[in-house]
Amino acid sequence: MRENRGLGSKMTDSKYFTTTKKGEIFELKAELNSDKKEKKKEAVKKVIASMTVGKDVSALFPDVVNCMQTDNLELKKLVYLYLMNYAKSQPDMAIMAVNTFVKDCEDPNPLIRALAVRTMGCIRVDKITEYLCEPLRKCLKDEDPYVRKTAAVCVAKLHDINAQLVEDQGFLDTLKDLISDSNPMVVANAVAALSEIAESHPNSNLLDLNPQTINKLLTALNECTEWGQIFILDCLANYTPRDDRESQSICERVTPRLSHANSAVVLSAVKVLMKFMEMLPKDLDYYGTLLKKLAPPLVTLLSAEPELQYVALRNINLIVQKRPEILKHEMKVFFVKYNDPIYVKLEKLDIMIRLASQANIAQVLAELKEYATEVDVDFVRKAVRAIGRCAIKVEQSAERCVSTLLDLIQTKVNYVVQEAIVVIKDIFRKYPNKYESVIATLCENLDSLDEPEARAAMIWIVGEYAERIDNADELLESFLEGFHDESTQVQLQLLTAIVKLFLKKPTETQELVQQVLSLATQDSDNPDLRDRGYIYWRLLSTDPVAAKEVVLAEKPLISEETDLIEPTLLDELICHIGTLASVYHKPPSAFVEGSRGVQHKRLPARAGSSDVVQSGVSEAPPAVIPSQGDLLGDLLNLDVAPPTASVPSVQPSMQLGAMDLLGGGLDSLPSVSHRTEVQSPQPSSDNSESELGGDISGSPSMGGGLGGAPASIPAGLGSAPAVGGGLGDLFDLGGGVGLPTGFYVAPKTVWLPAMKAKGLEISGTFARRGGTIQMDLSLTNKAMTVMTDFAIQFNRNSFGMAPAGPLQVLTPLTPNQTIDVSVPLGTTGPVMKMEPLNNLQVAVKNNIDVFYFSCQYPLSLLFVEDGKMDAASNKLQGSNIFTIAKRTVDGQDMLYQSIKLTNGIWVLAEMRMQTGSPNYALSIKCRAPEVSQFVYQCFELVLKN
Amino acid sequence: MIHSLFLINNVGDLFLEKHWKSVISRSVCDYFFEAREKAGEPDNVPPVIRTPHHYLINIYRDKIFFVSVIQTEVPPLFVIEFLHRVVETFQDYFGECSETIIKDNLVIVYELLEEMLDNGFPLATESNILKELIRPPNILRSMVNTITGSSNVGETLPTGQLSTIPWRRAGVKYTNNEAYFDVVEEIDAILDKSGSTVFAEIQGVIEACVKLSGMPDLTLSFMNPRLLDDVSFHPCVRYKRWESERVISFIPPDGNFQLMSYQISAQNLVAIPVYVKQNICFFETGSSGRLDITVGPKQTMGKTVECLVVTIHMPKVVLSVHLNATQGTYNYDLVTKILVWDIGRLNPQKLPCLKGSLSLQSGAPKPEENPSLNIDLKIQQLAISGLKVNRLDMYGEKYKPFKGVKYVTKAGKFQVRT
Repeated sequence: MRENRGLGSKMTDSKYFTTTKKGEIFELKAELNSDKKEKKKEAVKKVIASMTVGKDVSALFPDVVNCMQTDNLELKKLVYLYLMNYAKSQPDMAIMAVNTFVKDCEDPNPLIRALAVRTMGCIRVDKITEYLCEPLRKCLKDEDPYVRKTAAVCVAKLHDINAQLVEDQGFLDTLKDLISDSNPMVVANAVAALSEIAESHPNSNLLDLNPQTINKLLTALNECTEWGQIFILDCLANYTPRDDRESQSICERVTPRLSHANSAVVLSAVKVLMKFMEMLPKDLDYYGTLLKKLAPPLVTLLSAEPELQYVALRNINLIVQKRPEILKHEMKVFFVKYNDPIYVKLEKLDIMIRLASQANIAQVLAELKEYATEVDVDFVRKAVRAIGRCAIKVEQSAERCVSTLLDLIQTKVNYVVQEAIVVIKDIFRKYPNKYESVIATLCENLDSLDEPEARAAMIWIVGEYAERIDNADELLESFLEGFHDESTQVQLQLLTAIVKLFLKKPTETQELVQQVLSLATQDSDNPDLRDRGYIYWRLLSTDPVAAKEVVLAEKPLISEETDLIEPTLLDELICHIGTLASVYHKPPSAFVEGSRGVQHKRLPARAGSSDVVQSGVSEAPPAVIPSQGDLLGDLLNLDVAPPTASVPSVQPSMQLGAMDLLGGGLDSLPSVSHRTEVQSPQPSSDNSESELGGDISGSPSMGGGLGGAPASIPAGLGSAPAVGGGLGDLFDLGGGVGLPTGFYVAPKTVWLPAMKAKGLEISGTFARRGGTIQMDLSLTNKAMTVMTDFAIQFNRNSFGMAPAGPLQVLTPLTPNQTIDVSVPLGTTGPVMKMEPLNNLQVAVKNNIDVFYFSCQYPLSLLFVEDGKMDAASNKLQGSNIFTIAKRTVDGQDMLYQSIKLTNGIWVLAEMRMQTGSPNYALSIKCRAPEVSQFVYQCFELVLKN
Repeated sequence: MIHSLFLINNVGDLFLEKHWKSVISRSVCDYFFEAREKAGEPDNVPPVIRTPHHYLINIYRDKIFFVSVIQTEVPPLFVIEFLHRVVETFQDYFGECSETIIKDNLVIVYELLEEMLDNGFPLATESNILKELIRPPNILRSMVNTITGSSNVGETLPTGQLSTIPWRRAGVKYTNNEAYFDVVEEIDAILDKSGSTVFAEIQGVIEACVKLSGMPDLTLSFMNPRLLDDVSFHPCVRYKRWESERVISFIPPDGNFQLMSYQISAQNLVAIPVYVKQNICFFETGSSGRLDITVGPKQTMGKTVECLVVTIHMPKVVLSVHLNATQGTYNYDLVTKILVWDIGRLNPQKLPCLKGSLSLQSGAPKPEENPSLNIDLKIQQLAISGLKVNRLDMYGEKYKPFKGVKYVTKAGKFQVRT
């Protein structure tokens, strides 16, 4: 009845929804068991319709399965659809279907064979998978390519359900053979299936790419479907060509894909080209041709639908960082249209800044100004910020940017003003003493600022330029009233600003500074604020001159590009163009679930190793400040600097200073000692891990190089914006102290300049001679009087170093005379862990006064001659345990070793030995944790015998 | 690969789900709803959403969100392109892609989705092949099916699936053999206040409707192929021939398809067909403003501009408009604050003009931003870039086909800033 009605009125499936009554299931059951074919089919359709909208029709399982044995293809397909959905909940019933499946796999019609094997793979029931193996094996070798390509995917399905079974049955090998199949579609599916399986098997050499297979893939690439092309291109991207010629020939065969209508094909092709280009010599003509060919397809992606644009833009962001030359003339396509979705607008803006240069800055600024009057608040904010970034990036434009910003401030739109002030602060830091004339305008807007970042920026400006602002004290005082309601960022800034003000105008502001110091130290329970308060307090009370030098020190200029991706990460991301990783700008290992041990991909090295600088020959690599997330990841990965949140600073000098001031260290100190100059080479990024810390904290970040707090480093790990360069104006010592490397005696450096020690200059170095440690000193008298009665003493230090003999200066030191002395050192003194570990605080006395300085000694000083672990390492090498490196730390010897198992598993071991003790500590790192226990056992065997 | 697909309408009802691997609970869509909430406008929902265990990649079409769920690293463009293909297939099958029509054809939709992906890998996405597997619904066929008991699922292996030309089915037969090509160009442009061009480019496509019997091998050549330096082709086009001879050589799919798309961005090649003189201002006092817009022809290559429409998104505070149009009609939607002025044909002798006052919400501050104008227009028988088809040759078949080329220029994203 119902059916007739449905037919009569409307020829649609909506009739299947008319049954919502209780007896529905019962009714369907009757229809399913009907003799009439047509009625059966209609009933199954109703069942499927209910299933799609999420109704539970699993009770009909046996009845539906009964309909399976039919020659009607549509009915069969419908039943299969049902089975896939419900087999899991009714595994015992599902078995009933197996026979039909097996029979269908023998059907003369390849469509039925393929359908059967495809459906069987989708039924995720263990019992069924057992029966699947034989039919699958046959189908993988079927004469019809349609069946073979379906079977290839089925292997991936089966692997997902039962990986062991697939390996035991040898399906992986069959799948590998399919890469050489004559049909390109089969090749593409085999590649896709293998790639998916490989994702959960990072170590297996599933996709064993060699020139022969690459050739086969490239041939198939031209003939398979668009989707197959994506799989093949993504697979090609994992290959590393042997030389630049192979690289070029692959590039040549991939370039036509750039004209494909499917954007995913285009982007995958871009990935392959970007990666392989790395190997081509830059002077090659083809290299230039390739660069030219890359631009149009990228531009075309931007005329596609917004969601495609978004993914494309995220990738273009990477590409312009890696090879800015590709798109440098295409600025206009990134101009924002008012009806672009917000996510597209924000991305376009980002790229506009990256492409901004002197040549196009006028155009860019005009656009940005236009955007700053748009409706969308987020977008307007970013546009204002972008103007500031232009000023910092393109020096010639700075003046125009500033005047544009002033125009915007005049609009009095609250959020525009606040953003403008934040960026003007950065402009001040980049171009000091150039645009301070605008301060008056800024001060007018003081009252309208309600966001912490803008308030903090304004306070920084007031403090920094207190001498030019007549009522600076009133302004700051007005902020002080609500001190406790301010955010930490503002509080810290206010504290610093008032101290600056006090140092500049000490007479009128004594009260103010007292007030803020007591607010910060006594009334606040924020440890960062308190610490900073105490530091200032002590500084001011002990030595105002030193305080001035510290607080009002010259700040380092902020760098141009603050949000570039760190180069190694960028290189990795370039290898992942088109993937989720590239959308999130994070390495895949950071976020893809279930990817057990993703291999880090690397760009191949260019053939001629002479030009290793990748971006332009003359350009110096820009100083890069990794963004928060990456930075954190990297820090934790490398185990740099103990990441304890309570240690407020990564910067060694800060640590030292704080310790002294806060009452630790040398108790008898009459004056502040931490300013003692230590020759500190600028941290260079190619150096060891320990310098990474210095690098990060030493370079101010755009987010707020406010001269902020030590606190903001741990805070940055959480949510607050990075005030990476916070220490800049507190202790401008410029990063850590470089370690002299190698076994040589470093040239003497000045440890104590004459002006700090009433005319006594001390320079020195350390040496290890014949098993004894010596401190070589040169004492120079630059004063007018004779110096006598020299003595030397060390503070407690990490390795218990202490003078083993007196400081023998036999004759009085006459003015302008220099003498060299060596002090033998022992290692039996009192021990206290220092930061950095090799820091040594020294006191030298003479007839005039006691002077304090600190210096750092190379750790090699402490390497003992019997540190060879040859006995152990030889023994181990005999068992194919190879030593990569040795190290001595804390008087312990460390051996780093590598082992490779026959199946390609790598084991890394760290062996720690205490000198003179027979015990070893062994740590093992391995992708397959289950082997470690046995590795322990074998170390024990080898070493004990 | 692609794990599941959820269809969600614009009020947030989830009305269809399809899983290609194990079933993923629909609760995963809560993350989508959250993002949807945050975005405000449906157009602003970010295309890629990260959840703790999955990634949701979505597109918004015809008031439906197509939300796909992926679990492993899959190229997002791959997923988006596939979703586009799903939408196109629905449009192809049902004429449109609305919620109602999907619900009306639920079983076919389900069969289609099943046929398009296998285990998340694309299986059959070409319309020609799908139509051989699953016939599109039409009233006559359903009547016939019910009477004869035949089904709407193909019984045989789709022939195209395995050949090296998967886009064409074998055994095509027509009594009238015809091949028509439409060259459609859209002008994307941003003009600034003074009328000078900030940015302009042409997005061109060549749409084809080819109904030819057998296996025709076509070659299309242009008078001025040098214009084209940024092109994307349908997979049927032989790229090598294009590289070497600048001709488009292909065995066409049967029926309608997009042969190629191209982009012309060289500034001197992009003609701007109309100019707009506009003055929109809001007064500091009196809660009112003025509007004065005149449109005139600029570079029309001697053709007539038709279907001219000016659309303006007014600021929220504009309550009503009192205007006078010398030509066409205008309409101001009070809810969406969109002013549409439908001019029609542009008469160069008598320029259309829209003039009058705007009344603002009293007491509200003068709007900060000036609204942008969006222009829509059409020029028949002209490809604004000057692109011209030279000839179409057919090889491989004996008959003589009817051939035809049509040109049309439209405004794409054509904006005038004020």
